[in-house]
Amino acid sequence: MPMTALDIFKLLPKKNCGECGVPTCLAFAMMLANKQAELTKCPYVSPEAVQQLESSASPPMRTVNVGDVEIGGETELFRHEKKFFNQTAYTFIIEDDLDDQSVVERARKLDAMKYERIGIISGVDLIAVKATGDAQRFSDVVTLVNDNSGLPLVLMSNDPKVVEAGLKIVSKAKPLIYAASANNCASMANLAQRYACPLVLYADDVDELVSLSEIAKSEGIEDIVLDLNLGAKPLGHALEWLTILRRLSVKKLFRPLGYPVMVNLDNGTDVETQAIRAVIGTLKYASLIIFSDLDAARLYPLTTLRTNIFTDPQALIQVNPGLYDIGKPNRNSPVIVTSNFSLTYFTVASDIEASKVPARLLVVDTEGLSVMTAFAADKFTPEKIAQALKESKVAEKVDHKKLIIPGMIAMLKMKLEELTGWEVIVGVKDSSALPKYLKELASG
Amino acid sequence: MVAIPKESWSGKINEITIGATDNEGGTRDRTVRLGGEASLPFLAFEGKVSRPAIGMEVIDRVGEDYPQIIIDEIGDIIKDPVAWADACVNLYGADFICLKLLSTNPEEANVSAEDAASLVSTVLGQVKAPLVIQGSGDYEKDARVMELCGDAAKGERCLLARAEQDSYKSIAVAATANGHAVVAFSNIDVNIAKQLNIMLTEFGVPLDHIVSDPLMAGIGFGMEYAYSAMERIKLAGLVGDKMLQSPMIADISVAWSAKEAYRADAKLGDERDRGIFWEVASALAALMAGANALIFRHPKSVAIVRKVVDELVG
Ligand code: B12
Ligand code: SF4
Repeated sequence: MPMTALDIFKLLPKKNCGECGVPTCLAFAMMLANKQAELTKCPYVSPEAVQQLESSASPPMRTVNVGDVEIGGETELFRHEKKFFNQTAYTFIIEDDLDDQSVVERARKLDAMKYERIGIISGVDLIAVKATGDAQRFSDVVTLVNDNSGLPLVLMSNDPKVVEAGLKIVSKAKPLIYAASANNCASMANLAQRYACPLVLYADDVDELVSLSEIAKSEGIEDIVLDLNLGAKPLGHALEWLTILRRLSVKKLFRPLGYPVMVNLDNGTDVETQAIRAVIGTLKYASLIIFSDLDAARLYPLTTLRTNIFTDPQALIQVNPGLYDIGKPNRNSPVIVTSNFSLTYFTVASDIEASKVPARLLVVDTEGLSVMTAFAADKFTPEKIAQALKESKVAEKVDHKKLIIPGMIAMLKMKLEELTGWEVIVGVKDSSALPKYLKELASG
Repeated sequence: MVAIPKESWSGKINEITIGATDNEGGTRDRTVRLGGEASLPFLAFEGKVSRPAIGMEVIDRVGEDYPQIIIDEIGDIIKDPVAWADACVNLYGADFICLKLLSTNPEEANVSAEDAASLVSTVLGQVKAPLVIQGSGDYEKDARVMELCGDAAKGERCLLARAEQDSYKSIAVAATANGHAVVAFSNIDVNIAKQLNIMLTEFGVPLDHIVSDPLMAGIGFGMEYAYSAMERIKLAGLVGDKMLQSPMIADISVAWSAKEAYRADAKLGDERDRGIFWEVASALAALMAGANALIFRHPKSVAIVRKVVDELVG
């Protein structure tokens, strides 16, 4: 539980000297409670107080940056309790035993594996360069990958010397070091420290993971990602442990495990198995997933699911109501009505684009609800559409008075004609049929 | 040693059996049990888990917008609901069938309730797995369709779908008169799900004859709403809300209403694999949110998800 201002105040020196920038210790305590101040501003707090305050002031799960990709920072077990903050980072492997040409091609391909959907671009987030041999080859491949893709990197090797060869090239871009384990923890931690890069702690057993975490922490390392080898465990087991780890961090505030958790699926399984495990990992608590590979046919649904689960349940994603030009409409172009739910808007807009028939899209304020939902909730009424039509002043822009409405709300036709004096044409039900429909309409 | 954080749930999900065998007064060769768990999905370290049941849809008459990919996979028998149902069970390994009587809709083919009931009889005669019987969603017509189908399936302990807030009475009567269970359908709304269970029980449907359908939405098409609604219902049931302890059914075939799931588009990969994975991912979301029964469209999705369920339940 986070501490209240009063709890914090009890631990402060009560000198009211003002050196922290506010006049009293109580005022400072209030700022700390609201996370508006840093504890280091007070020069007089005792070390014991620092420890107590730090552990309660810091968030339950640390947010870690790998390059510009943020992971972790989660506070909930269920998205409806608030929301999930940082979407699972999808990481793809390039092994350094590929020839240069293939490395370049793969780096470029992974960089381009992203999809635009309802205005959101989503795809591969990180590339993991995996060492199979010596430091020289690793550093050459890291250079090649870095030059041919803009994605932040994960440096994969058990050998600190090999990792360092990579760090020398890309440490400024804050790659993730994978991984420190019982065998090499001290030297890996040392690298993470010197190059100021985030570090994965790997253990097969949770108690060992806790020890590693305590060692890393004592070395001053804060940016930690946990790998409990769940990618290799039976699926049910992996799900249980992902849940246990999340509960330990966000509910029990168990500090040694208060870090994002990752799953490494690079263990010889096929793409389908990896995709399935990734679905479960994305829904249930994995902050980063490493794939050996995945095809677009699975990555695209997976990124779609990821976008869903990480949307804020409190906010309907919507676009601004109003009149949108699709293509370059002229005075004869059709006028088409839809709702302002972003999924609806982007689906319909892209279907109109696909028709190559320029059009004007009248987006009615349905408070972010889809056509059908808005209709059922009485938020897609003839009155609303009539008003939107008037406000858009589209009548001044076209030489016709024809309005195409979604097929799903055909029953509004008569009333809408009455209210507007426009001819209302009932369109197809599913906008995916719009390209054909609009082409036929255009050719008369 | 790290202490493993366990929740101690005071509630438990109701266990409901669909289908009746010989000695239970029916003619099914097996039954399916839904629910009965005392833990969040698949968390065996915490309490009893339950195995979700895997069903497949069979439609009395496949409409024009039915995905060609599915028609190609299932073949010509898709025109014959009895043969299709048989394949679902004996070829694709479905635990149960969901027979959707869509053509009874007055705005579509308007097939009579009598004809629908005789189809139900034939399916029950030929295919021995438990059956979900679903109407077209037209309240008035469904009342009659469910009455006759419920009669035709007497003793078989079917699941009749779906009772809604404004139309639950007729279906409740059709069910209780013949020993069937009902699907209570509640549009992604926890309060309605609860309200509907209260109304159904007050009307005389015992709780162990109710399966909740909070409405599944496929990925990309509102999945997150359905996911959270189901998760909230499951949690409420586990902490002891008796009116939210019904097992949940999720119709995953809705995944195919997103055209992007299987539209040809080279950038998005093979459309067959994509369509199947779209359905699989939607199904896994339903399972993680607590669904106890799934209804599938593509046979390959069934095979994949069955394997996953085996791994999860162990
Ligand atoms: C997610 C969802 C919700 C979410 C809202 C999400 C949102 N932002 O709208 C929530 C949970 C809030 C919700 C609530 C409700 N919902 Co709701 N919901 C859905 C669900 C599952 C998906 C909706 C969706 O995102 N569709 C995708 C978008 C893209 O579809 P669309 O906007 O209709 O656009 C398509 C077509 O209309 C067409 N189109 C759009 N514009 C145009 C324009 C032209 C010219 C043309 C030709 C075509 C066209 O193309 C698009 C597809 O390509 C549907 C069921 C389903 N699978 O469809 C039910 C559904 C829409 N909901 C329904 C209902 C009843 C409700 C509630 C009234 C339930 C209740 N009792 O509370 C509430 C009302 C909301 C409120 N009071 O605030 C019913 C509507 C029934 C009906 N026939 O009227 C549905 C169909 C479920 C059902 N089977 O009963 N819902
Ligand atoms: S610097 Fe420390 S002691 Fe001084 S007022 Fe601020 S909190 Fe109190």
